[in-house]
Amino acid sequence: MVRKQKFGLLALAAMTLVATATLSDPGFAQDRGGPKSDAAAGDSGKEVFEQICAACHMADAKGGGDVGARVPALAGNKNLANKDYPIIILLKGRGGMPWFTDILTKQQIAAVITYVRGHFNDYKDPVTVADIDRIGSTNPPVPDCNCGH
Amino acid sequence: MTDPISPDFLVPPTRRQLLTMIGKAGGAAALYQAMTVFGHAAESQFSGPPKLSGAKPGSTVLVLGAGLAGMLSAYELTKAGYKVQILEFQGRTGGRNYTVRGGDTINELGSTQNVTFAPGNYLNPGPWRIPYHHRTVLHYCKELGVELEHFAQMNFNTFAHNKAAYGGKPQRYRDLYVDYKGHVAELLAKSLNAGALDTTVTAEDKAKLLEAMKDWGVLDKNMAYTKGVKVGEQRGWDRPPGGGVNGAPIPGEVGNLSDTLSTKVWQEIGFYAEHVMQTTMFQPKGGMDHIGKAFAAKVGNLVRVNTRVTKIAQDASGVTVDWTDAKTGAAGQSHADWLVCTIPATVLGQLDIQVSDAKKAAIRALPYGNSVKIGLEMKRRFWETDYAIYGGHSFTDQDISLISYPTGNWFGDGPAVLLGAYPFGIGAYRLAGMSPEKRIAAALDQGSVFHPAEYKAEYLSGATVAWSRMPWILGCCATWTEESRDKHYQDLVSMEGRIVLAGEHCSYYGCWQEGALLSSLDAITRLHQRASAA
Repeated sequence: MVRKQKFGLLALAAMTLVATATLSDPGFAQDRGGPKSDAAAGDSGKEVFEQICAACHMADAKGGGDVGARVPALAGNKNLANKDYPIIILLKGRGGMPWFTDILTKQQIAAVITYVRGHFNDYKDPVTVADIDRIGSTNPPVPDCNCGH
Repeated sequence: MTDPISPDFLVPPTRRQLLTMIGKAGGAAALYQAMTVFGHAAESQFSGPPKLSGAKPGSTVLVLGAGLAGMLSAYELTKAGYKVQILEFQGRTGGRNYTVRGGDTINELGSTQNVTFAPGNYLNPGPWRIPYHHRTVLHYCKELGVELEHFAQMNFNTFAHNKAAYGGKPQRYRDLYVDYKGHVAELLAKSLNAGALDTTVTAEDKAKLLEAMKDWGVLDKNMAYTKGVKVGEQRGWDRPPGGGVNGAPIPGEVGNLSDTLSTKVWQEIGFYAEHVMQTTMFQPKGGMDHIGKAFAAKVGNLVRVNTRVTKIAQDASGVTVDWTDAKTGAAGQSHADWLVCTIPATVLGQLDIQVSDAKKAAIRALPYGNSVKIGLEMKRRFWETDYAIYGGHSFTDQDISLISYPTGNWFGDGPAVLLGAYPFGIGAYRLAGMSPEKRIAAALDQGSVFHPAEYKAEYLSGATVAWSRMPWILGCCATWTEESRDKHYQDLVSMEGRIVLAGEHCSYYGCWQEGALLSSLDAITRLHQRASAA
């Protein structure tokens, strides 16, 4: 298994392959429902949000829970002003949130970030696959968090 | 096996004698190593309860979390002489060891369900089956008097459904299994007979392989997998054997190679071959939470419920934990000499905890998988009466992943609960994102593929848990990768000062109760060593 990821374009593709064996197909000895699924989420940002993100961040994107055990809101979230921030988190995960490179394509990741930034916030500039590749190749660190914020 | 030690030193000791000697000389760890070599204990790292004793008088331990890891810690540390208190976030004990029944309320983020199952019916939203080699769980079930019954894991008469195979019509797993090995055997036999493997296998092995393929694949005299009485003896019949004039069975058609491959049945065959999925499996009679209740009967008096930890600090003299009472809002503080923290990483990563940056990084690098379970109460056991299915799972490539038929109360009258969904991954996210009502409706739609006439007609009520929306954990269980194990695992499990973490996330048995218990025993053993040396 690759020990150190350098996020060139090829490395991003390689990471996708590496991660395929993990979240959708849980690792060593983990309990699971059955044979692996090849289900896919829809392509539009709205579909990806409703089918994936809403499981934790809720349909209104307002998150939930109390201080100390919280799922952060995506709606009205100032961290999303910088589009690199959500890209890094979707590529690498943070806290209890997994990375999504194993179940979403770069197109889906770009589309859902564009949707969340534009629909639940007022950041209208789109996120593109080129943005995803840029983050993949520069490999910035995951922003530190109080993960419930 | 009560051989006395042989007086004749020239006679090699028996295995038992040798193990006794090794155990006396090297302790439990050496004994375990030796037993593994002899093939006795390779199934488990469990070598018996830890037998801790001799805690310094007045020594205190604070345990955070009253799931199985926390309650086992408290149980064994109390026996060792420590004074223990447990702080628990929820109003109940047990953690993910959890069963819902009629009259219970399920509080997810954003919704509340009132469960209306009939008396005796239940859903295990978390763990639900115990492999025979999870020796720690089985040991404590026995020690605490939890009645276990068989869990029907493997059932050839269940269905398999794949949207792209057989026009989306579910097939019996038995038929697909027999077809699959029949076709594979035929193809291997063809390759062998064509000489394609003559440089790979010896002539002697080739002859054995041909015999094996004929037997294993139930091939005919031409080494082909075809319809016939022999295949019928594995695959079942169009007309089963009977008595009298029409006693002779009539075999059915076999599936062709392309249809068989389209079902991806090898995935299901592989699933049942995994060590943790192999039979024999068990379940506590009446619900998985009987294990948590049995622990609570021992240590429940030590638990302060509705106590939400906000800060964990330590210094040379002890640990201090700040908390808020979820009912009254009052702030409080607890002190102890030592701390066992079983708070899941999803929540622990949001708390102020006084440990090294490396341990904090490990806690925050541990994402949790998501899973959903949906219990569907049906008016009658139509899967038994109408389909001859007694336990086991029917798998599908739809979001629900499976439906699983209940073990226990076979042939019973009245309503019964089947498991209507248990996915991880995309299917789980998609279902979790729905309201409980929509989730149950989706499960009824998708599960109808297996039992179209009965599934909706016999439905009475449902209950569901989306783990990502359970406010006390915000996920199902820890997801490690080889990379994150290399980078963070030892930092996560190391004892730092007076604090040690425990739980399934601190084990190589992620998502299993066995991992939680093994982690707990390891953590308290190290804690006791450090406390004894202090």
